[in-house]
Amino acid sequence: MEILALLTSGLLEALEPLNLLLIVIGVTLGLFIGAMPGLGSVNGVAILLPITFLVPPASAIIFLAAIYYGAMYGGAISSITLGIPGASTAVATTFDGRPLAMKGRASLALVTAAIASFVGGTVSIILFTAFAPMLASVALSFGNPEIFALMLLAFATFVGLGGDDIPKTILSICLGLVFAAVGFDEISGEPRLVFFGIPGFLHGINFLVLAIGVYGIGEMLWTIDTTRGKITTTEAKMSVKGVFADAKEGITQGWRGTSIGSFLGFFVGILPAAGATPGSLMSYGVAKLTSRDPGSYGKGNPDGVAAPEAANNSASTGSMLPMLTLGIPGSPTTAILLGGMVIWGLTPGPRLFTDEPAFVWGLIGSFYVSNFFALVINLSFIPLFIWMLRMPFTILAPMIFVLSIVGGYAATNDMHDVWLMIAFGLGAFFLRKFDYPLAPAVLAIVLGPIAEPTLRQSLLLSSGDPSIFFTRPIAGPITVIAIILILLPLFGMIRDRVRRREKPAT
Amino acid sequence: MRLGELVTAGVLAVLSIYMMWKSTELDIGYISGEGPGGGAWPFWLSAIMLICTVMIFYKGVRRLSPPSQSDEPVLDAEGRKMLLQVFGGIFVFVALVGIFSMYVAMGMFLFYYLWFLGRHTLRLSLTLTVVTPVIFFFFFEALMRITLPKGMEFMEPIYNYLNTIIY
Repeated sequence: MEILALLTSGLLEALEPLNLLLIVIGVTLGLFIGAMPGLGSVNGVAILLPITFLVPPASAIIFLAAIYYGAMYGGAISSITLGIPGASTAVATTFDGRPLAMKGRASLALVTAAIASFVGGTVSIILFTAFAPMLASVALSFGNPEIFALMLLAFATFVGLGGDDIPKTILSICLGLVFAAVGFDEISGEPRLVFFGIPGFLHGINFLVLAIGVYGIGEMLWTIDTTRGKITTTEAKMSVKGVFADAKEGITQGWRGTSIGSFLGFFVGILPAAGATPGSLMSYGVAKLTSRDPGSYGKGNPDGVAAPEAANNSASTGSMLPMLTLGIPGSPTTAILLGGMVIWGLTPGPRLFTDEPAFVWGLIGSFYVSNFFALVINLSFIPLFIWMLRMPFTILAPMIFVLSIVGGYAATNDMHDVWLMIAFGLGAFFLRKFDYPLAPAVLAIVLGPIAEPTLRQSLLLSSGDPSIFFTRPIAGPITVIAIILILLPLFGMIRDRVRRREKPAT
Repeated sequence: MRLGELVTAGVLAVLSIYMMWKSTELDIGYISGEGPGGGAWPFWLSAIMLICTVMIFYKGVRRLSPPSQSDEPVLDAEGRKMLLQVFGGIFVFVALVGIFSMYVAMGMFLFYYLWFLGRHTLRLSLTLTVVTPVIFFFFFEALMRITLPKGMEFMEPIYNYLNTIIY
């Protein structure tokens, strides 16, 4: 009952005029960002975070969370009408969304995606409301060794389940962590890693400098380089009557995928560092695997649109759970939100629920409101979003570069950081070319300032004995799971070797 | 791509060694009563990075990673041109901030990108070139009270005048 009272006050806070306005703007921006190929929620949140310093922290995070939601809905628009995913989270939506559009059923696909997103979002928010306070109260007893073990788990998830090249993933994590260590050593107060003696490094490397460099500049360069060809849009004719007919058809044909995506997406989203992209791909896979007619997938089955769309919305809420309760982001976007919370003077982690209940419940309340508005705005303005997709990239790209440069400056008020940011952008462009995953680096630069002190204090507690991470009742199992995850790819490699040896290549 | 893969691994290896060396400016061992020294964390992380670069290099030499199997150039002629024009534009934009202020440099960059690279009409290019910095000015200076760089001294009278409007 207490939760219901808190939730009601949270909903009321989310419905305050300023917050409501920010939700509507955020969702609309998110829909657009999600729909634009090459831009996803993480780009939008990274580039727009600096401009949120204008409003109070609670409103700022509500705005950014609304962008996150909107982008999950928006990704489907370009997946269906252009056949190219608007964001990585909507990759699986192209599998069946595009064939439906080619058959002239683009509006059915779009409506199914919107409804599935809404259901996925709603189910996950209810799960979130039920689980979050519980998890937070458990996490209150966590000490330094437990927190460090959780950090290790977050990085291990990237290594074990990320699917990218292992040495490149580990390198990316370490790079982010070392960058986070630049500036001052907090314990001894000595300057540390002041590269080439440049004084600009004395204040450390702000996570936004890396995040905007990677997502605002590096990724844009990469998109410009890879999408040189012309893109063709499929027309989607929408009418009020048609939307209702499509909604009925979408619900009857896509309910199975929607329910799989809603639940699976949430639990994949909770996993530290997994996020919405693997969540949506897995849900598509499971929906196809358990279907009576798997052959129809990939040819325009509404279930194939519903599963990944329900999952990406559900996972985006799921990834907020570890961020708010444990202080560990569940996706690159939530990593940036977490960094933002630190800037706003909030300490993420279990104490947030007891110290800042108004903030936490206002945010949870805003999830419900954002989800509702995302559905309404999405359904009513689909033709407008499709029209906006025709906006030439040569208008959008310079605007994003300008926003990135200004945002990078506004975050720290130092031109040194702007130079550093464009250097990171160029570096990120080349690293991306060689398949280096960069999300781990962004996550690491956010988590570095938490991981290092907890490690050092744990080791101080145990007089340098690392077994402290194995012998404590909560830290122990977490560390073991993390180590298994790190070793998982190694087992795979050994298995492959053995098999190859058994069957010598002909 | 293979050469690029190897060169990238090499550059990252040099970076790791540099960061390891830089970390040793602080204590990298365990200080009893104080815990690990200030340099230990970055030192060992950089060491792990170095090991990773060796593995990446090895996989590149043995053609085990996708980039090292690809024969495509890292950047073809068009890619090089794009990078030079787009990244070069951003670079010049940032360099001009210190001279002409953020807002004027922004306008110059937009005009260069829209008119020269984007080949949009002069009317559209000029509209966006003028309107965008104005919106940014009012948003940052008036609403958010964040002052962006105003460039060298000769720009001062212009901003003094604009400040009388917003304050």
